Amino acid sequence: MSLTATSVPRLARHVRFRFDAARNCHVLLAPERVIMPDAIAVAVLECCDGVVNVAEIADRLATRYEAPRDAVLADCLEMLNDLADKSMIAS
Amino acid sequence: MNDRVAPSLAPPLAPPLAMLMELTHRCPLKCPYCSNPLALERARDELDTATWKRVITEAAGIGILQAHFSGGEPMVRSDLPELVRHARAEGLYTNLITSAVLLNAARMAELAEAGLDHVQISFQGADAAVADHVAGFRDAHEKKLAAARLVRDAGLALTLNAVVHRQNLHQLSAMIDLAVDAGAQRIEVAHVQYYGWALKNRAALIPTRAQLDEATRIVTAARTNLAGILTIDYVVPDYYAARPKACMGGWARQFFNVTPSGKMLPCHAAETLPGLVFERVTERSVGEIWANSPAFEKYRGTGWMAAPCQGCERAEIDWGGCRCQALALTGDAGATDPACGLSPDHAMMAALAIAESGAAVDDFAYRMIS
Repeated sequence: MSLTATSVPRLARHVRFRFDAARNCHVLLAPERVIMPDAIAVAVLECCDGVVNVAEIADRLATRYEAPRDAVLADCLEMLNDLADKSMIAS
Repeated sequence: MNDRVAPSLAPPLAPPLAMLMELTHRCPLKCPYCSNPLALERARDELDTATWKRVITEAAGIGILQAHFSGGEPMVRSDLPELVRHARAEGLYTNLITSAVLLNAARMAELAEAGLDHVQISFQGADAAVADHVAGFRDAHEKKLAAARLVRDAGLALTLNAVVHRQNLHQLSAMIDLAVDAGAQRIEVAHVQYYGWALKNRAALIPTRAQLDEATRIVTAARTNLAGILTIDYVVPDYYAARPKACMGGWARQFFNVTPSGKMLPCHAAETLPGLVFERVTERSVGEIWANSPAFEKYRGTGWMAAPCQGCERAEIDWGGCRCQALALTGDAGATDPACGLSPDHAMMAALAIAESGAAVDDFAYRMIS
């Protein structure tokens, strides 16, 4: 079930991701779950459009944040797999 | 003496996460552990559509993220789709908590079109013989199975609520299988919590220690076997616990409940507590009640706690446990929840569970309007 660099991640159908003005942060909403992703997770989630794969997301973020691409890819996979385990990300 | 935090230095009140709307107390089922109070509210006293919409808007305004439509059976209200649509327009995640016996294809389509995100269907057992007996309603189980298919076919998130107790725990494995077969993404395996109707029926419901241990074993194994297929949330019964649950995530900290007639409560059982006045959303705004109502402030935070909670390193983990349970078992709503091993009443609670679970009392006092 694990995502790899070539997986194309998207939000699970039952999950909504939006900015919450009351808390001044992004929230992931799912059945009986509220997750407040950190800034890095928000950057990854904003790339999850069901079109680009994890490797392309890592390329994009590595360029944007001038960070080592392999480390970014590892971070992306860890975070997305954690959400996939919670059935919040599909691929 | 000088280590108490002055009120002015108390942390600012965080926004609540969720509101549970008891749209009605009317329900075709008679489950003997219903979370509604013993004194059920009447249809003629229910809030109208416009008032519920205002309540939803006010609740969204103070930061709730999830709107739970519950009851009674919320589907007896014909304005349910309109209320769901309104909650979605306010940006809320919408959840329907239903017995599902009134759900048909036309109403499912209406709710899906209104933007409903998630449906929770209660199951009383794994087959009709057990389930219909517990629900006190013929053919309930068959109707629920059909309704679960409608939810899945509509593409909505589906949770099965399996409320478990001595008279259906032998079907727990089959109930988990039923959730997978029904296409649910999630099951809540919730041991009955003993307030209100369930307290009245405790001797007929409370599991034995051996049943509880077997249930925990089944859930633990299923979580491994079904990882990525079915999420299993597990609510353990306090009577055999060593530490209390953080009831409602702490009194008036994350959650509130609105009754059919508009009383705003920190939890659905709060009306059992004497001496508290619960204000109505028809008289003050949701935000004012959340922030300032004396009933909400009474057990909020840790300042109200006495020993052994006061100063306990777990005070902000379990928030003293459940006030309603403290009252029901110790007579004092401000006492430590006896589910805690540090409570002087803990041994009494365990002894009560052992005695009642071993007694052969199986008859139910079914839920009904008196």
